[in-house]
This record gives sequence, structure tokens and C-alpha cells, in this order.
Amino acid sequence: MPEENGNGKNGNRVGLLERVKAGVKEDVQSLKTDMPAKAKEQIEGLKDPTKTQVFTSIFRHKHDDTPRNRALGVLSNVFLHLHPAKINRDAVRYSYTWGMGGITFYLFIVLTFTGVLLMFYYHPSKVQAFRDVLYLEHDVPFGKLLRNMHRWAAHLMVIAVWLHMFRVFLTGSYKKPREFNWNIGVLLLVFTLLLSFTGYLLPDDQLGFWAVTVGTNMARATPLLGHEGPFGKMLGMTPYNDVRFGLLGGSIVDANALLRSYIWHCIGIPIVASVLMIVHFWRVRKDGGISGPAPVMLTSEADKPRRKVE
Amino acid sequence: MDWRQLWEICSAPDNVPIVGLIPLLIFYIYLAWKQAKANDELIGELETSPAMAKTHHRKTWPFRPGWQKEIHVWPFLLRIEFLAAIIVTIILMVWSITLSAPLEEPSNPNLTMNPAKAPWYFLGLQEMLVYFDPWIAGVVMPTLIIVGLMVIPYIDTNPLGSGYYTWKQRKFAIGTFMFGFVILWVAMIIIGTFIRGPGWQWFWPGQTWDHNRLIYEVNRDLPDLFGLTSNLAKAIFGAIVVGGYYLAGGFLVHALFRRYNPKDYQRMSLLQYSIMMFFWLTMVALPLKMLLRLAFNIKYVWITPWFNV
Repeated sequence: MPEENGNGKNGNRVGLLERVKAGVKEDVQSLKTDMPAKAKEQIEGLKDPTKTQVFTSIFRHKHDDTPRNRALGVLSNVFLHLHPAKINRDAVRYSYTWGMGGITFYLFIVLTFTGVLLMFYYHPSKVQAFRDVLYLEHDVPFGKLLRNMHRWAAHLMVIAVWLHMFRVFLTGSYKKPREFNWNIGVLLLVFTLLLSFTGYLLPDDQLGFWAVTVGTNMARATPLLGHEGPFGKMLGMTPYNDVRFGLLGGSIVDANALLRSYIWHCIGIPIVASVLMIVHFWRVRKDGGISGPAPVMLTSEADKPRRKVE
Repeated sequence: MDWRQLWEICSAPDNVPIVGLIPLLIFYIYLAWKQAKANDELIGELETSPAMAKTHHRKTWPFRPGWQKEIHVWPFLLRIEFLAAIIVTIILMVWSITLSAPLEEPSNPNLTMNPAKAPWYFLGLQEMLVYFDPWIAGVVMPTLIIVGLMVIPYIDTNPLGSGYYTWKQRKFAIGTFMFGFVILWVAMIIIGTFIRGPGWQWFWPGQTWDHNRLIYEVNRDLPDLFGLTSNLAKAIFGAIVVGGYYLAGGFLVHALFRRYNPKDYQRMSLLQYSIMMFFWLTMVALPLKMLLRLAFNIKYVWITPWFNV
């Protein structure tokens, strides 16, 4: 029937089926041939992961062993770009540098890491503090290791800071143009000691309590600002308004002192010290990198500098 | 000889850092001294032959023409930093596994620890409490140490010895710093840690700590020795003695400094010179006051109604 045929339903139906059939066939065929080929190609590509989009988006330069890439590896990395791309060949001699500044910074990182973990288990209150330390030592997995590591890293950091300063002095590295950075360093030394000292009280045991008592009792004797210090009484200082009261938040080492040293230890001083560290590292670069090992200077050349310093 | 007592002190967990600090410090002093000696020998050689001074690369390490003067940070510096971090981590791990951080009884304000010691790095200052009143030992001295360290770069006008170890070119600066750091800071810490026992009394290493030991010491004040009794006379006398120390000491140091450090003396401005004098004399006053106490049992030199020195 032309009309029936002509209405197109039948014919179209057949045509659609054919088309679908053919299309599915094509799809199956492509699964059989294209996919394996693509997969093969892409697996082949994965053999060099440095060419993947993910990789190149993270590391924005090639990694062939060329001088250019060695330099870019340092310069295009936010953490490593504290370093210059190249340094004097003798500047890596650790008999000269002792590496103590770097070790100090690394210990600061270790202390931040272990310190944050310790904060999860510690409440700075008189009721809880000591129990928390006991809990940490006996029940928390690796809690004892964590606490030990925090303590020894702190002691080690104090020693490393001293040795760093000792080296910097012995090599005359505070001299022009590094005077200002030496001063930042002295402040960092003070903050390192204060960090360690404020942490001493936190276990709330006899050792910390009496160490901090002895330490802060000295503040009573501050001239002008302490109630037992020279001229303190004349300025109206009492145990309840002098500088020691301000440090402890009370006239004795008690709950407020615990809270204050906790906040100084975990927030206040680390922030200030971090800012100073940023300045310290920045100035090492700006003042011309590590001071040496420099060529020795003769007495006759002492008053005519080789390189003119502005 | 009480070995047990000695062991107890040396193995107290918080004293271990100082036990470690002593060999570390000795090692690093040796390392610095070795390099200073080598540099001083090179300097001596170059001073005598100007021809060599013109061509020499001026370091004790070898350098040949053609060698690159600069090397890449990656890998040559970064590998050292990476290794150092690993080594420090290993040391910390072993230390933390083998030795536990101290934890005493819960804090108890009614039970005084004897001896009650500050953290080890402040024991030098605590030791000074024997010889000075708290306002000096605990407040003025730390302030002077910090300020004193900070002025160092501004009063050291010697351009030599910047960036290399040397002794001969910086005898005064290095001698002073070694005295301050090794003798006045570290040695005092060692005394405070290992020698001071109950009642902050002196116990030789290996001597048993006796909590009931009494020491009969009659400390006198310097004005008493001269028979001064009135407050006014004592105050004036003390001011004269302390002022006299700075004047006479200053004159002596001036005489020596001028002779042995003529170039530094010439380079220094009046302000730099007087700041250097003040800090130097104040530092030397420390062992002098200790000597007065230990040898002559003198407690105060200067007595006023407000403060004593």
C-alpha cells in the first residue's frame, strides 16, 4: 500500500532499526579497536609520568638533568626558593657552616608538628593538665614517644641555637653588611629560650612548677616594676600589680599562670618567632648569602675594602 | 666517692643535654681552632710574599683555574640539608625511645623542691644569685647580655676576619666572646647543674648530697671592713668603689687596648669605644665579684637604702 508504505512508519521503523544496528556495530567495533589502541598509547604515556597534565601542572618545568632545570627546581619551588639557584662551591662545606642554623629551623618544624599533636591531648587547666600528661604517657598510642620527642627536640634546639651563634661569631659573620641580621638572631635566641621556658610549666609537675617559680621570682626584683626591686615600692608596686603579676596572671604560679604560659608557648611566641625567622632568612639572602668561606684578608688591606659596600 | 650520686645527677633526663653539650662544644671549638690555625698560617704566608698574595685564591681549600666557582644548590646543598634532617630525626628518635622526659609528682606549692632549679639553660643566671641580688642576676644581667650581644656588630670595627675562621686577626673579639660564652655562660651552667646541691650548696662531683649540711659563713659587707656605720657613708663609699672600678679599670683597659689594638682604637668612635668599655668592664666585674665572695666572704660592695650591689 502506497499510502501505508507512504506514511513512512514501516519504512522508517526499519530504517531506524538498521541505523541503530549499524551504530551499535560501529560502537562495538570501536571498543574492540580504538579503545585498546588508546589505552596502549596512554599506558605508554604513563611510563613517563612527568609528561602527564597533572604532573606538569604541579611542576612547571622539565626534569631533564640540565643546568637550567637544576636552577628551576629551586627557583620555581616556594619552599626551596629561599635558596639561590647557585652558591659558592665552598659554601657547602659543613666544617665551615656547621649547619646549625638549618638544624635549628628543622627542629622548630619538628617541634611545631609534635606540639600540635600534643595539643590534641592537653587541657591547660589545673584539674586536667597533669592527668593529661599521665594519660598521654600511658594510654595514647605513641604518646610517650611524642612527648619525649617534643622535649628533647626543644633541648636540642637551644643547643643548636647557641652553636649557630658561636659559629657566626667565630667567622665574623655579623660584620658589615650583616649587623641587622645578627640582631634578629639575638632576638630569636631570646625567643627560643622563652619558648622552652614557657613549655616547662605545662606538665604541671613539681619540676616545672618550681623551675617557673624560681624563674618568675626574679621578676619581683625588677627595678622600678617589681615590688621587691629597687625603687619598686616607691612607685607603688605590690605583689598584686607588679610585672610578676602580669606574667603569672596572679601573685602565685597557679591556674592563670598555666593558661598564660600555654598561650604564650603555643600561639604568642611561635607567631612572633616565625615572623622574625622570615626576616632572618630573607636578610641572609639580601645581605649577600652565607658569609663565607670568604677569601682571607690581609692586614694591609684592612682599610680599603675590596668590594664597595653602600 | 659516691658514684651513685654522680650517676643520678648525670643521668637525670634534663641534665643529659648538658652532658651532651660539653663534648659538642669541645668538638666545635677544636674544629674552629683547626681552621683558624690553617687560615692564620695562610695569612702569614701571604703577608710575607706580596707576589703570592696577588695570585692566590686566598682559601685553605684547593682551587684550580677551570674549576667552577659556583655550584648548583640542587643537588649539592639540598642533599646536605636533607641528610642533616634525616640524621637529626634519627638522633631524636633514638633519644626519645631510650630516654623518657622527666615527670615528677603533681605540682605542690606546699612542698618545696630542694634544690629548686631553673631549666638548665638558665642555671648560669641562677648561679649568679649566689653573688648578686635578684634584681641584678635576674633582670639587669639578662638585659645587659641581650643588649651586649646586639651592640657587638656596631662596636666591632675590625674589618678583618669576616667570613673565615681566624684567631690572630681578631684576638680581642674572639677572646672576649670565648670568655663570656664558655666561662661565664656554659661553665656557670655546668656548676649549677653538677655542683650545686640542696640549699644551693657546693658539692663536688661524687660527693653525697647532704640535705642537713650547714655551712657557717659569715659574710661581711665591704663598708664594714672599713668601719663605716652610717647609711650615708656606706652609700657614698660604695658609689666611690663601684665608680672607681669603672674609672680605674677603664683606664687600665684603655692603656692596654691602645697599645695592643692600635688600629681598632683608631677606627672606633668615642661612642663605640665607651660602649665597648662599659660592657667589657661590666662583664669582667662578674668574676671579680665572685672572687670577692669566695676569697674574702664579701657580700655587698655598695649598700644603699634602695638597692645593694
